[in-house]
Amino acid sequence: MTSTQEVYQEPEKKIGEVVLDVRDLRTYLYTKWGITKAVDGLSFQVREGETLGIVGESGCGKSMTALSLLRLAPKPAARTVSGQIFLDGEDILERSESDMRFIRGQKISMILQDPMTSLNPVYTIGNQMNEALGLYYKGEQSKSIKGRAVDILRKMGVAAPERRVLDYPHQMSGGMKQRVVGAMAISGTPRVLICDEPTTALDVTIQAQYLRLLKQVQADTGVAIIFITHDMGVVAKMCDRVMVMYAGKIVETGDVRPLFKNPSHPYTKALMASVPSMEVSHIDKLYSIEGQPPALFDLPVGCRFANRCEFADDKCFAEYPPTFADESGHTADCWRLEGQWKRVAEATA
Amino acid sequence: MEQDILLQAQDLTKYFPVTKGLVLQKTVGWVQAVDHVNFTIPRGKTLSLVGESGCGKTTTAKLILRLEKPTTGQITLDGHDVHTIEGDELKKYHTDVSAVFQDPWSSLSPRMRVRDIISEALIVNQKVQKHEAYERVDELLVQVGLRTQQSTLYPHEFSGGQRQRLALASALVGNPKLIVLDEPVSALDVSIQAQIMNLLKELQDSYDVGFLLVAHNLATVRYLAHEVAVMYLGEIVEQAETDELYDNTLHPYTKALFSAALTANPDSQREEIILHGEVPSPINPPSGCRFHQRCPYVMDICSQEVPVRKEMAPGHFVNCHLY
Repeated sequence: MTSTQEVYQEPEKKIGEVVLDVRDLRTYLYTKWGITKAVDGLSFQVREGETLGIVGESGCGKSMTALSLLRLAPKPAARTVSGQIFLDGEDILERSESDMRFIRGQKISMILQDPMTSLNPVYTIGNQMNEALGLYYKGEQSKSIKGRAVDILRKMGVAAPERRVLDYPHQMSGGMKQRVVGAMAISGTPRVLICDEPTTALDVTIQAQYLRLLKQVQADTGVAIIFITHDMGVVAKMCDRVMVMYAGKIVETGDVRPLFKNPSHPYTKALMASVPSMEVSHIDKLYSIEGQPPALFDLPVGCRFANRCEFADDKCFAEYPPTFADESGHTADCWRLEGQWKRVAEATA
Repeated sequence: MEQDILLQAQDLTKYFPVTKGLVLQKTVGWVQAVDHVNFTIPRGKTLSLVGESGCGKTTTAKLILRLEKPTTGQITLDGHDVHTIEGDELKKYHTDVSAVFQDPWSSLSPRMRVRDIISEALIVNQKVQKHEAYERVDELLVQVGLRTQQSTLYPHEFSGGQRQRLALASALVGNPKLIVLDEPVSALDVSIQAQIMNLLKELQDSYDVGFLLVAHNLATVRYLAHEVAVMYLGEIVEQAETDELYDNTLHPYTKALFSAALTANPDSQREEIILHGEVPSPINPPSGCRFHQRCPYVMDICSQEVPVRKEMAPGHFVNCHLY
């Protein structure tokens, strides 16, 4: 059988300088139940052209991390109580709110999960794009701004963008709307793009198209991507490095390949074992983690995974483990690695 | 070996009218949601419908649950036509066939206690006394991995995974023959998904209940289903036993769909097939093979003739001109 089928070629990857450097970030929510430690002492770096995945289950603090980076955590409940966020060497937590308006969009921007709720239903696509572009390119003629909107939409793979800018969101399919949202996010040529589950609401073949598009955009512009997801398949496809979060803390980080091959934290191991595979048949029983994550306003003193961990001993319940690392920079917070890996950071629980 | 057939769908078709005008509504077209679909579900087995949104899987599930009436064709459960039964037989049907939906936050009434939610179907359809029904509830709660003391709580006091267990308990209360599972785990967290999938398998064994699984996650389907039907724009394009289908995809759409699914393995060497464009509108579906506009193997015949169903291997059916 003859085929005209195209097989996908990965765009080339160039990883450069550190763009975003987060140190000991803590965002707490002050609620009636007490202090909810949604983001509790996160430190990480992202480089130019690199994709960092943040994986974890709902309520582990992934989205709060993203919102904290944009300084958009819901007020007044949420407060970033400590930490530094260096974006191109500058701590954005020190900047004023009016400066932030220009940092958001032009330095750091975000794509959300649901394209329907991130677009305004009563304005045309073009109208919504021009609003942001008008801010980035102050003083430019409205005609040339419209031209820019069309160009960016074309870059995001929207067919016939000249006509599409006149459409309202309801006239577009989910995949198309997500492309528009993506176009808006990259329209200010940001250095860092946060994608919070951008493909969860899309169908698989559309998801594949979209992920490919993001990779292409990254290859063209060198934007650093922070990819938040709970889908291990998406991480394996998209990311260079992964950060696994559990109950507000990073429990394991590393390059995608070694981390997937050799998960070192019991939580990561269990999480990977509980995902069924398309390539393996006849599994009688899937591994499953019993129990639930702890409530973030009532955290245990020791390791936060201890109550669900099959290897936990008295020490795990008594004391939060420090961070251990191997030679390749693969790190994990687990007492079981004591002696095997090097101790690189003390526990900050 | 002759299989014990529980449910059979023959030539099942559902068109929704597209109307114009407010008072004098004129039908200007039809959404061909499900178009001449045939399948059977053996007793105690799982058939899964996979495909992208708008392919007709949920409409098929609704037709089985009698939430929609078919335009043509019929569904039979143990030989009885599902859409013509009335009265007591209908009540029996509602205990024989139940459903679990995707979102455990909207499928349980927030104002009823757990034991009343679960026993409602028993009391309404089988006229069981309340205290007997409550005994059954206690038994079920244990089977789905909850405690009997939790029967007097309200749904908001449970987590997502626990709520899905409650939904399963209320689906099982009348000893059903078939449960329609519409994306039963996709709203749950990864670690909870595994718990619920294991529970589904256990319950299928102990109740000998058939499942119609509607899902888009191909790994979930491989784990749970015995047979899989791939739908595209209202039609079943390929159907086979699970392992046969996953090891040997034939239809170009199935190939593309499977290649687009991501595995949690960064070294996976599977080639990715690019599908251009999006699923066309089901209002005026393409002529001939409905997939021909996006198909990488398209031939002249594809836009002219509707492909017929061919059996390529025992039990492996495909609708494609390539074969």
